[in-house]
Amino acid sequence: MHVSHLSLTDYRSYEQVELPLEPGVSALVGPNGQGKTNLVEAVGYVATLGSHRVSSDAALVRAGASRAVVRLRADRNDRSTLVELELNPGKANRAQVNRSPVRRPRDVLGILRTVLFAPEDLALVKGDPEGRRRLLDELAVQVSPRIVAVLSDYDRVLRQRGALLKSAGAARRGGRRGGSAEDSAPDLRTLDVWDAKLAQIGAQILRNRVRLVDQLRPHVARAYEQVSDGQGAAVLGYRSSLEASVDDGRPAPSPLDEPGVPHLDVSIELLEAQLLEAMSRMRRQEIERGVNLVGPHRDDLLLHLGGMPAKGYASHGESWSYALALRLASYELLTHGTPEDETGISGWGDGAEPVLILDDVFAELDSRRRGRLATLVAKAEQVLVTAAVAEDVPEQLDGARIDVMGGQVTRVR
Amino acid sequence: MYEGAVQDLIDELGRLPGVGPKSAQRIAFHLLAADPVDVRRLVDALTEVKARVQFCTVCGNVSQEEHCRVCRDPRRSNEVICVVEEPKDVVAIERTREFRGKYHVLGGAINPIDNVGPDDLRISELMSRLADGTVTEVILATDPNVEGEATSTYLARLLVPMGLRVTRLASGLPVGGDLEYADEVTLGRAFEGRRQISA
Repeated sequence: MHVSHLSLTDYRSYEQVELPLEPGVSALVGPNGQGKTNLVEAVGYVATLGSHRVSSDAALVRAGASRAVVRLRADRNDRSTLVELELNPGKANRAQVNRSPVRRPRDVLGILRTVLFAPEDLALVKGDPEGRRRLLDELAVQVSPRIVAVLSDYDRVLRQRGALLKSAGAARRGGRRGGSAEDSAPDLRTLDVWDAKLAQIGAQILRNRVRLVDQLRPHVARAYEQVSDGQGAAVLGYRSSLEASVDDGRPAPSPLDEPGVPHLDVSIELLEAQLLEAMSRMRRQEIERGVNLVGPHRDDLLLHLGGMPAKGYASHGESWSYALALRLASYELLTHGTPEDETGISGWGDGAEPVLILDDVFAELDSRRRGRLATLVAKAEQVLVTAAVAEDVPEQLDGARIDVMGGQVTRVR
Repeated sequence: MYEGAVQDLIDELGRLPGVGPKSAQRIAFHLLAADPVDVRRLVDALTEVKARVQFCTVCGNVSQEEHCRVCRDPRRSNEVICVVEEPKDVVAIERTREFRGKYHVLGGAINPIDNVGPDDLRISELMSRLADGTVTEVILATDPNVEGEATSTYLARLLVPMGLRVTRLASGLPVGGDLEYADEVTLGRAFEGRRQISA
């Protein structure tokens, strides 16, 4: 698929801009602060309903405007779909597909798929587990858009259960000072119910993640080899909070952790039972700290390189190779699925190939990685590249060039 | 800001659910221009609703008397109780004309964020209604969201050990809809709750 037209109204720095695009490479070139990234951010927003730079929509609306509108035409096998998103900070966003309103904005998920590379990706390797969990969850949504409802229910359960744990913990501490203990803890009776909800929804997310990691693993290994020119083996693992130890609340190794071992056969029922068991084991700590300590929100995607964890052991260059490999593997997974895996997500049909977005990444890379990445992405149906100067765009990525200056876009080639 | 009474009215209207500042302003000026008789009728309705409407002492539904219309109706079965969150859910189910039992309105759902626990809901009232053994089935008709499901699970864990038949409303495909437009969660539920067809 590819984007054939992008139109923004009151989005970030743009009052109004029209950007026609074609398949192949399009380089958006201009000095920093001129609005290049805003354009590709908007494309990514249509695919994921989120920005890769900020978590709140408010920053996406031009200062002084009350709402922003993103209009995007996505073409897939000569079929064209017009998506229109209206961003209303503080109120519900609205969406239209081919000029007719849809019930919820999330109904547009799946029309456009993107894989976005950005300088922030280095944090996938060097940063906190949260970024890696987000990588998995965002990919899961692109693979199967409806999982977004499960994720939002899970989030709701976490907040309700967290509120209950917090008030129970506070009451228990208050009770200890005052004298009586157990009775003053409000509604601990309902904690069992929230445990059941967390286990039920959490197990679905957990199984989805474990499968996704299994499917990504071969793609990541291959992509790392290609980007790094065959130095060390990149192996994915998944660390779950299921085996959290009672002593310090930190996860101990679980059977899921063994890097490189596939777990496609793991059942939802088993995971649900394990989550319930882990929560009953951790109950005292959870109440004391007033925090949800068990569940997929505490898990981590493990990145191993040559038998060692990449975080802390990999060099700067190796970390970059790993980050690129994760994105390239996402692209491969979304394009081809995994034909060798019958339980997986093969058979997307034609034209499922996501749009590749490379936001300012080439300036971050040394010349060898730059060249290899450029060669790997050059054959994609559509590649959108942003760069501060034209020299940052590798020569393998020859194509259209659009200058971005002071909120104006000009096609120069 | 407007002067005195007008601004007071806008502020009061703005506190109503679903009414934003702009709507409040529009309603206020509509009332200002309206016929005094019409406004009088609105005032009377408001006064009336606070003075006369109470909550049914049995089921918790809104009522003009001590017992609501459903609880007073001798033709309705005393053996089945349908548990809902709000009085408006009673109205929704009554519109189907399918249910001939009685209701029990909880007054909300378990919601720790808003500090609503089982003791804040009319659960002890439900328990005392079940005490004499007349009721044989309890239908749990709380909302199909996270809080409603949690409330149902909580109630089921109380009621099932009492030997009652406890049922939950089916959730699944909308009637008259297209299968392909159903979301995964709804479709998954519909699969779970599938029924055998006897030919």
